[in-house]
Amino acid sequence: MLNVGQLNEGFVLDHIEAGKSMMIYNNLGLDKLDCCVAIIKNARSNKMGKKDIIKIEGGLDLVDLDVLGFIDHNITVNIIKNGDIVDKKTLSLPNEITNVIKCKNPRCITSIEQELDHVFILTDEEKQVYRCKYCEEKYTR
Amino acid sequence: MKHLLSPLDMNVDELENLLDLAKDISLDPKKYSHYCDGKKLATLFYEPSTRTRLSFEAAMLNLGGSVLGFSSADSSSAAKGESVSDTIRVISCYADICAMRHPKEGAPMVAASKSGIPVINAGDGGHQHPTQTLTDLMTIRELKGSLDNFTIGLCGDLKFGRTVHSLINSLIRYKNVKFILISPKELRVPDYIRDDVLKGNNIEFEEVEKLEDVMPQLDILYMTRVQKERFFSEDEYVRMKNFYILDKSKMEMAKPDMYVLHPLPRVNEISVEVDDDPRAAYFKQAQYGVYVRMALILTLLGLN
Repeated sequence: MLNVGQLNEGFVLDHIEAGKSMMIYNNLGLDKLDCCVAIIKNARSNKMGKKDIIKIEGGLDLVDLDVLGFIDHNITVNIIKNGDIVDKKTLSLPNEITNVIKCKNPRCITSIEQELDHVFILTDEEKQVYRCKYCEEKYTR
Repeated sequence: MKHLLSPLDMNVDELENLLDLAKDISLDPKKYSHYCDGKKLATLFYEPSTRTRLSFEAAMLNLGGSVLGFSSADSSSAAKGESVSDTIRVISCYADICAMRHPKEGAPMVAASKSGIPVINAGDGGHQHPTQTLTDLMTIRELKGSLDNFTIGLCGDLKFGRTVHSLINSLIRYKNVKFILISPKELRVPDYIRDDVLKGNNIEFEEVEKLEDVMPQLDILYMTRVQKERFFSEDEYVRMKNFYILDKSKMEMAKPDMYVLHPLPRVNEISVEVDDDPRAAYFKQAQYGVYVRMALILTLLGLN
């Protein structure tokens, strides 16, 4: 198994569905961070078979947990201090997300209005349904 | 500031107050003829509409107010590329209240977020048309005495018809309303109406294809037009257009106190011979539309 250097201070996004790490990297804007970021793809996992992991050296305020929760609320966030896991955070589906996904309805006002945020609202938590705030079009993943 | 963007923006109590006011207006419209003296309604119609725009204008004129606006995007600053946000900020300086029709869904919501005056959604694409729903509710309440305990048949294009979706969403809040959904398979209500709205709220409903089979059960028949612009082929449109035609022979199967509603305009789905039947309520419905819009303008301006 490939070894990636141990993280002393920072956090680890664990149990990412295999293949989704680059999407998370892009959506969280991790490319803009100056700190050390490690992406591990297809790591072996007892629970999932294969999984992706992202390690980030820095404070949790560097990422938007709502965006992460929207992408996959099954991801676990391990907070690392002095090389040890000191806290585990579970994610939930955010009630509202802004400018993470775009409304695909060509009849929606977001398709023409300048600089209008693309906002989606969680309308059914059980079925994980998000709808565009403006036209109520359902977002399909 | 209050706006009306969706029929569900008003709770049942607020709706009752509005419909009570509309009824009072209908009994003595002259009493209200100066309530809006000095007030201006802007009608911002980015796509053509005869009925809705004139109904709004008539409502404001009946209240003693005046009206300004445009009736197509070509004759507005939208043709120059102005955003809805900018337009409404400017219009807020000119008028006291506005009614907006826009082909893009959610445009009135964007306007409301930037507006200094109440915004009424007068139809946004295939999304919402709340004042039509208010009109439908007033018509049913006036004709049947209440919005509880009746069976309504919704007939025609139930897939794309926004008035049908809004009406279902509004009526499920009342007691013991049963829905009979009459449409060809291709034009049935969308899944979210069937599963989330009707089944999700334990509402009694059935879906049928033949109008004749259910006519005797209905207290209200809500007819809709099959809209040509929704179809990809002319043949398919023509076939669907002629699927339901309400005529005298079908009316003979209905209860003596069943009323026929239609949001208008009709094409051929209600035969002209039905117009003289006392149960044909669609032109009365257009009159109620003016009263309910008068009540809405008064309510949103805080003049009630």
